[in-house]
Amino acid sequence: MKKLISPLDLSTGEIDEIIALADRIMENPSAFAHKCDGKILATLFFEPSTRTRLSFEAAMLSLGGKVLGFSSANSSSAAKGESVADTVRTVECYADIIAMRHPKEGAATVAASKVECPLINAGDGGHQHPTQTLTDLLTIHREKGRLDNLTVGLCGDLKFGRTVHSLIRAMMRYQNIKFILVSPKELQVPDYIRDDLVNGGFDFEEVERLEDAIGAMDILYMTRVQRERFFNEEDYIRLRDSYILDAEKMTMAKSDMIVMHPLPRVNEISTEVDSDPRAAYFRQARCGKFVRMALIMKMLEVE
Amino acid sequence: MLNIDSLEKGLVIDHIQAGKSMEIYRVLELDKLDCSVAIIKNARSKKTERKDIIKIEDRIDIDLDVLGFIDPHITVNIIDGGQIIEKKQMKLPERVTNVVKCKNPRCITSVEQELDQVFCLTNPEKAQYRCLYCEQEYARK
Ligand SMILES: [Zn+2]
Repeated sequence: MKKLISPLDLSTGEIDEIIALADRIMENPSAFAHKCDGKILATLFFEPSTRTRLSFEAAMLSLGGKVLGFSSANSSSAAKGESVADTVRTVECYADIIAMRHPKEGAATVAASKVECPLINAGDGGHQHPTQTLTDLLTIHREKGRLDNLTVGLCGDLKFGRTVHSLIRAMMRYQNIKFILVSPKELQVPDYIRDDLVNGGFDFEEVERLEDAIGAMDILYMTRVQRERFFNEEDYIRLRDSYILDAEKMTMAKSDMIVMHPLPRVNEISTEVDSDPRAAYFRQARCGKFVRMALIMKMLEVE
Repeated sequence: MLNIDSLEKGLVIDHIQAGKSMEIYRVLELDKLDCSVAIIKNARSKKTERKDIIKIEDRIDIDLDVLGFIDPHITVNIIDGGQIIEKKQMKLPERVTNVVKCKNPRCITSVEQELDQVFCLTNPEKAQYRCLYCEQEYARK
C-alpha cells in the first residue's frame, strides 16, 4: 500500500490489519514510541484544517518520527502559483511519507501519480477523506466489537456530507448491515448512494424524524447541518433544530447504542449528552491519532 | 445520394446519430487534414430514421477510439482498392483523454490547466464516464 486516496483503496483485510495494529498501539503506546525514528512526515495542507493536521503530526511524533510542512496555501509555494505536482515532487526529496489536504477534488490523485513515496489523502475538497473513515471504523470496532451485523443510523446533512457517504460505502462491504438515513427531504443522500444501496440489496430506510428511528439503531452517526448549504437563513433555522440530539431523544435509544460525530459539532448534539456513556465522539476523536499511527506504520512498512 | 463506391481508399464513418457529425468533425480535428472530407447529414438509414455519414479520402490512420465515446453505435468502414477491407463496430473506450472537459468547478483540473482531462468508463451499461480526479460523472447532453 503506497497511496491512500479513497477508503475503498483498502481491502477489508487491510482495514482489519490497520484496526488490529491500532488496537495494539492503544494498549501499549510506549512500545511504538521509536518505530519511526529517523523518518519524516510532510503535512502539506493547501487549505487549513488544524484538527486533521495536528492529528497527523501527533501520530508521527508519537512514533518517534519528525514532521515538516505547511498549514495553508498562503504560507506555501502554491501561493506563488506552483502546481500540486511540482510541490509534491519537491517535498518528496525531504520526506519519507506525505499527508496532503487540498480544497480541490482529485488533488491527491494528481499528487499520487507524481511521487514514489507513500502518500495519504488528508481530504480533497468534498471528495474523499480516508483517515476519517478509518477513524470511524476503528471506533465502531472498538465500541461494538464488530463491523458486521449492525444497524447504522446516519443523521443530518446526508446530501453533502462526505464523511457520511464514505462511511456508508465502507460499511456496505460488511455482512448484515442495515442503514437508517435520517435527514430533511432537502438533504437526503444523493442518487448514486441510493442506487448503490438498492442495487446491493441493502436493507435501508429514509426517515425525516430522528425520534421515529433512534430506537432501532446500534450506531447513531450525527453530522452537522452546515449553514452555507442553505440558500437562505430561514430554511437553515427551520431545519437545523429538527436534528438536534438531546437527552430526551437518548431515552428512546438502545442502552448499548453509540453516538458518533466527526467533530467539530455546533449544536447538533446538546452538551447534556456528553456525559452519557453512549456518547462515543470524544473517544472517536482519540481513535483518530492511533489509526493514523497504524496507517503510517503500514505505509512505511515498519514492523 | 453520395456513394461509398466513389472512394478508392479511405474511411467511411457510418451510422452517426443525425446531427452529431460536426461534433465528430471537430473532435477528430478533420479540419486539419488536407485530404477531402465529405459530411453527409440526414441520410436515410434502415437502422435509424436519419443518420450522418463522414467520408474521408486517402487517410486510414485516424485514431477512432474517441468515436465510441461519442456514440458506440457508429460503424467505420475502411476502404482500400475500392473495397471495404474492414468493418469496425465502435465500442465504449475504457478511458478518453482530452476529449471532454470536467465541468465540476471544484475539480483540481479547473485550477491546474496543464493536467490532462481524463475520463474513465465506470458503468458500461449506462455508458457512464467519471473524471479520473474528482470522479464527477460526465453529463451527456
Ligand atoms: Zn473532475
